[in-house]
Amino acid sequence: MDVSVKRESLEAMRVFDLATTPLRELNSALHTIAPGANDTNFEVVNPRGSHAVAVGIDQPVTVEVRGSVGYYCAGMNDGGAVTVHGSAGPGVAENMMSGTVVIEGDASQYAGATGRGGLLVIKGNAASRCGISMKGIDIVVQGNIGHMSAFMGQSGHLVVLGNAGDALGDSLYEAKLFVRGEVKSLGADCIQKEMKPKHLKLLAELLEKAGITGVSPEEFKRYGSARTLYNFNIDNADAY
Amino acid sequence: MCGIVGLFLKDKSLEPQLGAMLSDMLVIMTDRGPDSAGIAIYGAPSEGRAKITVQSADPKQDFAGLDALLKPVDSSVSVELKSTHAVIETSADKASVVRDLLAQERAGIRVMGSGDSVEIYKEVGLPKDVVSRFGIRAMGGTHGIGHTRMATESAVTTLGAHPFSTGADQCLVHNGSLSNHNNLRRELVREGMTFETQNDSEVAAAYLTAEMAKGKDLGQALTSALDDLDGFFTFVVGTKSGFGVVRDPIACKPAVMAETDQYIAFGSEYRALVNLPGIENARVWEPEPATVYFWDHEKAA
Repeated sequence: MDVSVKRESLEAMRVFDLATTPLRELNSALHTIAPGANDTNFEVVNPRGSHAVAVGIDQPVTVEVRGSVGYYCAGMNDGGAVTVHGSAGPGVAENMMSGTVVIEGDASQYAGATGRGGLLVIKGNAASRCGISMKGIDIVVQGNIGHMSAFMGQSGHLVVLGNAGDALGDSLYEAKLFVRGEVKSLGADCIQKEMKPKHLKLLAELLEKAGITGVSPEEFKRYGSARTLYNFNIDNADAY
Repeated sequence: MCGIVGLFLKDKSLEPQLGAMLSDMLVIMTDRGPDSAGIAIYGAPSEGRAKITVQSADPKQDFAGLDALLKPVDSSVSVELKSTHAVIETSADKASVVRDLLAQERAGIRVMGSGDSVEIYKEVGLPKDVVSRFGIRAMGGTHGIGHTRMATESAVTTLGAHPFSTGADQCLVHNGSLSNHNNLRRELVREGMTFETQNDSEVAAAYLTAEMAKGKDLGQALTSALDDLDGFFTFVVGTKSGFGVVRDPIACKPAVMAETDQYIAFGSEYRALVNLPGIENARVWEPEPATVYFWDHEKAA
């Protein structure tokens, strides 16, 4: 990008101060961008824990959120690049379709839940149920994650540079989990798996996509589904 | 869903503003539960004095001549009327006589809480209306807790509102629902506890009171609660000098805490904390599941 283009895009930055502007104005503006439009740079100031900031984006916009947000920030994101310069409440980037969401601080429970695509990067810690029912999203957490993370994860990747809490990957389908630190316990049907060259390559790509340097894929362990819950086993009938 | 807040001050210069700070925090949480609201404020205790906060559905009748009724048993008694509530201050050794007399002569009066320092105000309605009818903003104190309710387990009544107080200077607010409260209530009744409502959160409060009566401190009582209470809960609890927080192991009921040199604050959401002084530089964290957090003014001193 040459300097003149950069300058133009900075000037076109649309600022929404949530201390004085209703949230709905921000989200309506994000929802009425015509395909191919070039006024796509947004800044949100004074979010003060507001819910549903920048939900439902369906164009390649950039949104810089200066402060911490509440529930469901960047939910359903489809193609946007949202950065929260603070922490996020429950359900950040829930059901993301595509695009990028970066949380500079911590994320509360069920970050990236049910996400179908895109990349969620959490630079701090994520609480419980991170990536629950993930269906194709890539999630990279630089800190720790809480219990029941990736529960019933169907596809996509969860990369954790720190530790994982109890019952990681419980009832997992085909989501791939990579943890660099300790796993407090594995959930039902989740097992450690061999890190093959193709997984090291995949992990290196994920780390690079998330902008993480100085960490080697060899430092991680891989976890996935043992696939014993895929079909009903008559020996388990007593458990129901 | 419910909204809960708590504020434990370390910096004495903030004490005159406790009521205003806690009121702001609670009002922001209104959309987590509009059914009823309540606040407990711990003020500075005065030597040899006790406070009883009482409530009536018919304050005109029940509070009429209250002063004159109580003076013969305690000449030092003072009664301050605040809407549907009244705070009765007595000499500490006369508090139980005063309570007995109230129970006997004014059947419509309910005790919201009592002790050396706590005052408890709760009523059906929105937090902003509840805090203004009781003049909470003008109250000072050392720590306090608040609740705005979306009822699930019992009726929307004043008595079903939080905080619940089941022991001197003890109170509890709860976001969640307990599944073993009926059984636990029966056990606690057998141990001599009494209950005003069918509410699950009152059982949690009584449980902690019973555990502390066995000699446990608040932190130890909250640790036992993790073993004995079944269900969903985030609790914020106050005692005369202490302030505690605990979440169940599943921890689906939200919680955010903030600490600075001036205070420790709790909110169901970060929104509740955004007006606190110095929040930009506070340590903000989500309390861990099944982990007891507990602070005490006396132990800190």
